[in-house]
Amino acid sequence: MIGIVDYGVGNLFSLKSSLKFLGLEYVVSGAEEVLGSCDRIILPGVGAFGDARGILKERGLDKFLKEEAASGKPLLGICLGMQLLLQGSEEFGSHEGLGLINGRACPLKGDIDPALKVPHMGWNSLHFLRKDPLFKYSREGDWVYFVHSFYGKGCGEDTLATADYSVPVTAAVGRGKVLGTQFHPEKSGSAGLKILRAFSEV
Amino acid sequence: MLAKRIIPCLDVRAGRVVKGVNFQGVKDVTDPVALAKRYNDEGADELVFYDITASHEERKLFTDVLEEVAGKIFIPLTVGGGIRTLDDFARVLGCGADKVSVNSGAIADFSLIGRAANKYGSQCVVLSMDVKRVDGKFTLFAKGGRENTGIDAMEWARRGVGDGAGEIVLNSIDTDGVKRGFDLEMLQELCSVADVPVIASGGAGSAEDFVTLFKSVPGADAGLAASIFHFEEVNIKNLKEMLKKSGIPVRI
Repeated sequence: MIGIVDYGVGNLFSLKSSLKFLGLEYVVSGAEEVLGSCDRIILPGVGAFGDARGILKERGLDKFLKEEAASGKPLLGICLGMQLLLQGSEEFGSHEGLGLINGRACPLKGDIDPALKVPHMGWNSLHFLRKDPLFKYSREGDWVYFVHSFYGKGCGEDTLATADYSVPVTAAVGRGKVLGTQFHPEKSGSAGLKILRAFSEV
Repeated sequence: MLAKRIIPCLDVRAGRVVKGVNFQGVKDVTDPVALAKRYNDEGADELVFYDITASHEERKLFTDVLEEVAGKIFIPLTVGGGIRTLDDFARVLGCGADKVSVNSGAIADFSLIGRAANKYGSQCVVLSMDVKRVDGKFTLFAKGGRENTGIDAMEWARRGVGDGAGEIVLNSIDTDGVKRGFDLEMLQELCSVADVPVIASGGAGSAEDFVTLFKSVPGADAGLAASIFHFEEVNIKNLKEMLKKSGIPVRI
């Protein structure tokens, strides 16, 4: 059973549909006892880092997620969910993250070629630095769908994959079974479904 | 590098895909779910659904179609047509849309763009514009291209982006349905004023027209078309292979 963390951030329609399509069981909940009984957890998220972080903290989910991660339970952060796993963020002020993965969420603007548009929105291809079980069905160059204006910077050895946007943009991170994708696997066609399937087997 | 996107557009009325000719008259094409699946299999990067229904009952049919497609196809879906309020945003986002496109709704109430961007984020708000040359000036039209608003189209785009529109679909009424290529001049002008993704619409008659679009207007991020895909005059898989051979980055 996959627990999708419901904390009022973002649209879960596609994530739920894609898990259902893959025949994977899931539950959407914000309750620790429900999520705690799942064998893996997905942390979705769209929107501003500070707001999302505030809600997690208010509901005690930040502490819960850290404990679950420490216990070795597979955890997948998607988009803002991935950024929340980092040490912190520089989005509208400085915010502390869950600190499970190296790096901070920093603006693309200023780091990328000024002629390129922000957000980094659309299909980009993956370059793997390290082959994690999350990508056991994926291939170098697979196209996935991104929508973001901030990116994980300084993730170091926790970087699993990057996408080229004049600079290598962190596309996926991982440390042990704590995993994150900046892109949306639930919007990335068959390449994305392969990643969700692999997560269900991590 | 980001891939240039190929986007088929499905006009849906009473649960069926229809195709208008020069903004007038419509003809029935096929079942939207089957067509969406075909496009996904051919490698479409995104799908746009326009709700051109007239009645409340038909609107329900539209969201049923949307929900069915979103449950089977996992690429970005944009929905437009009749979007006038934040409730309209909520209705289609709840049925699986990722982006919502506003056109006449933003002309009737400009604040819709900013309010929607605040609530759902700019990435969710697409400004769709029907534009025609009037006395040599790019002019914004409303109501499916029937009504001249007298508004300068480029100024409108600038305002829309300033208020939070995250993407623009530019449909040239001058080239729409003519099938002799996209309106390169109009697109070039828009790309010089808007720093958000620009989707070219109106005029594609062949695969070569897409090559010309991306070669001559580097700022264009995507090409949108309807009938040439519906009637299989252009196959998306073949189109993308041709683009790739021409050195244009595409998702294959």
